[in-house]
Amino acid sequence: MFKYLLPVILFFVLCGFLFIGLYKDPSEVPSPLIGKSVPEFSLPMLEDSSVQFSNNEFLGKVSILNVWATWCFACKQEHPALLELAKRNIAPIYGLNYKDDAGKAKLYLRDFGNPFKANAFDEAGRVAIDWGVYGAPETFLIDKKGIIRYKHIGPLTLNDLDNKIQPLIQQLKNES
Amino acid sequence: MNHSFLYKIGAFHIVVMALIMFSNQSFAVEPVDVSPKYEARYHALLAELRCLVCQNQTIAESNSELANDLRVEVNKMLNRGSTDSEIINFMADRYGDFVLYKPLVKPKTYLLWFGPFVFLAAILLLVLLFVRKQTSGAKVELSDDEKQKLDSILKDTKE
Repeated sequence: MFKYLLPVILFFVLCGFLFIGLYKDPSEVPSPLIGKSVPEFSLPMLEDSSVQFSNNEFLGKVSILNVWATWCFACKQEHPALLELAKRNIAPIYGLNYKDDAGKAKLYLRDFGNPFKANAFDEAGRVAIDWGVYGAPETFLIDKKGIIRYKHIGPLTLNDLDNKIQPLIQQLKNES
Repeated sequence: MNHSFLYKIGAFHIVVMALIMFSNQSFAVEPVDVSPKYEARYHALLAELRCLVCQNQTIAESNSELANDLRVEVNKMLNRGSTDSEIINFMADRYGDFVLYKPLVKPKTYLLWFGPFVFLAAILLLVLLFVRKQTSGAKVELSDDEKQKLDSILKDTKE
């Protein structure tokens, strides 16, 4: 009996795998940077290009890095969520302004509100490569030791804030 | 729904498909100035790296900005004298193993690399066992009892 059932069982196991595959987003690639220190970099600040923004900024506190650009449509979509996150004032949000025009970026923040404590201006996109960025927006959560703990790919929603981002930030803040 | 409406929709689709096809060809991949010294290695490396924006293209084929930045980066690293494996590791460290069309051999990928051979060996073993069972089955000798029975049956049929 088992001899005849085996192919049927194998068939359903295969179906199960395929079914799970249907609900996985192939564009979400796990980042190898999770658990690693933030990459070393130094970039001019968007707000004042005479000041440098370096990876030291991420030491000693839980922080958020958001990769954004004015040309990025999904960034506009997530902007209200970022503003809400800033309003909750649980951790500083830094911006990595990715392959953008400094003038346009400043105008954008003036017109749509500025959730960022400071912005690094990555005109060439070279620092973004070190962060493994492959499409804005991307959001990183960084712990007190400057280690990347979480990466969110794509626009953040209020739902993401409540269910993922905020609880994780609280958890990271409670770590010594 | 009348037929001419359906034909119009069909024609519209064909036009859109044609536009998509041609638009793909009209944007050439931005060229990177590669020194002839490294050209072969440059092209071999690009063909092994997946473009994460467009997933099923290599960074040699993709027109995306990121692919272009990565091509520039590969070229820079070649000029700096990096080895092929250094460049491959540079990409995998940042974008994960997913960027490699040829996965690295490590415990996590053993199943991927050796699984098919294990599977093949298992199948061969099963086939071998099956064949042996079949051939040995043919050689079963009759017991004395059975021989007598057979003889009597044969005798009966002769008469």
